[in-house]
Amino acid sequence: MSEELNGLRIADRKHIALAEMLKGGVVMDVTNAEQAKIAEDAGAASVMALERVPSDIRKQGGVARMSPVSKIREIQKTVSIPVMAKARIGHFVEAQILQALAIDFIDESEVLTPADEHFHIDKYAFSVPFVCGCRDLGEALRRIGEGAAMIRTKGEAGSGNIVEAVRHMRAVVSGVKRLASLGPEELMTESKNLGAPYDLVRWVAQHGKLPVPNFSAGGIATPADAALMMQLGAEAVFVGSGIFKSEDPAKRAKAIVQATTHYKDPDVLARVSEELGEAMPGLEVSKMAEHERMATRGW
Amino acid sequence: MKIGVLALQGDFALHVKALARCGVEAVEVRKPEELEDLDGLVIPGGESTTLLKLMEEWRFVPALEKFHAAGKPMFGTCAGLILLARDVDSPRQASLGFIDIGVERNAYGRQRESFSAMGSVELDGEPHRLEMVFIRAPRIRRAGPGVTTLASHGDEPVMAREGSILVATFHPELTNDASIHRYFCALVAEGTREKAV
Repeated sequence: MSEELNGLRIADRKHIALAEMLKGGVVMDVTNAEQAKIAEDAGAASVMALERVPSDIRKQGGVARMSPVSKIREIQKTVSIPVMAKARIGHFVEAQILQALAIDFIDESEVLTPADEHFHIDKYAFSVPFVCGCRDLGEALRRIGEGAAMIRTKGEAGSGNIVEAVRHMRAVVSGVKRLASLGPEELMTESKNLGAPYDLVRWVAQHGKLPVPNFSAGGIATPADAALMMQLGAEAVFVGSGIFKSEDPAKRAKAIVQATTHYKDPDVLARVSEELGEAMPGLEVSKMAEHERMATRGW
Repeated sequence: MKIGVLALQGDFALHVKALARCGVEAVEVRKPEELEDLDGLVIPGGESTTLLKLMEEWRFVPALEKFHAAGKPMFGTCAGLILLARDVDSPRQASLGFIDIGVERNAYGRQRESFSAMGSVELDGEPHRLEMVFIRAPRIRRAGPGVTTLASHGDEPVMAREGSILVATFHPELTNDASIHRYFCALVAEGTREKAV
């Protein structure tokens, strides 16, 4: 479903509104009801159902698909917060199933194995909202043009390393700033260079922001990581392996929720960062082979 | 006159913008001591369970009880309404109980069932049509005798007031019509005038 915003075709306003309600919050990856309960008790604004957390997908390999239906139902029954779930890039039938299950937000995600190497899902064909990943402004605007109601920068999922999340957030934020500084005659060329729809390029240039909320994902492992992304301009954060691959998931989850709210307050950040136990082990992203990177899936 | 917006989680930035459209500069509130020099408070939409956890963690409840006892107006939308209500169901959860209503959470269903509709609101006796956006919204299932209905959708109350407490199940901060925020600002201004006398 779509909405005309001053002639601009983007996701339905009620879907963008749900993304607005999640701002300042933490969306936590969970694989079962027990984890979902821990997440909700820690103050998660939403949970993301998936088959395996990204660091396990990396380790075990194989094809990563949508979460089993029974697991999704079990998670929906357990928590009262919105339940998101991942579908493979281009796998519109997984998305149809998630819509039938009344999932609150579908993440068309590079963390799962892509189903289509050429096309993303036509998100306007659905009555539930979509969130999609991006590495820069052009990719963000392509997904918004396809109907995404929320964007998240990709980072490198399952790495426990924040470097890619920072790179992608900086790219989007500086891309928006750059557009806002351009004259009207420059925008068509910019649209061509970005590979992004002209109408959206023009809207961003006029408003100095994206038309949908922008969250951060991929690599957040500590409260400091979450606060860093918020200070860099993220409006909320997704945490995947960072919680349930750490030593004390409940405590770390709670600390990351606190850090996301009080991201500008170093005293609070110091306090919540104390005695959390071991963080998940991290990976050096620059040493990863190209095929090991999830962020390069999708275009 | 100074109005705060509880900024623990949710669409607090949209409320700050809506208040700015009424000519009021609002401040974000993340700690209870920040309530002290405020004349009114907005509790925004968001996730009520998340807001509740963060409020408990920071011991907001006694500070809000003091704020309410001083007669300072509060306005809650959606999750904010849930926190201000006397009774909360589906599931049962703690709340501040400042307005005598019983609410059911996510009462229309999940996001698929979120909707917007034209409705009628009656502020100061003047009926006014406006667009109401309901996002995984709660429903007011019971209202005490001291509660006045200010807006309805179909035959159900969706906005209500009891004394200094104003609540809505929909999100006036999502639309450009500032009439409800203006009404709340007038309520706060009235309170500050009474204090001055």
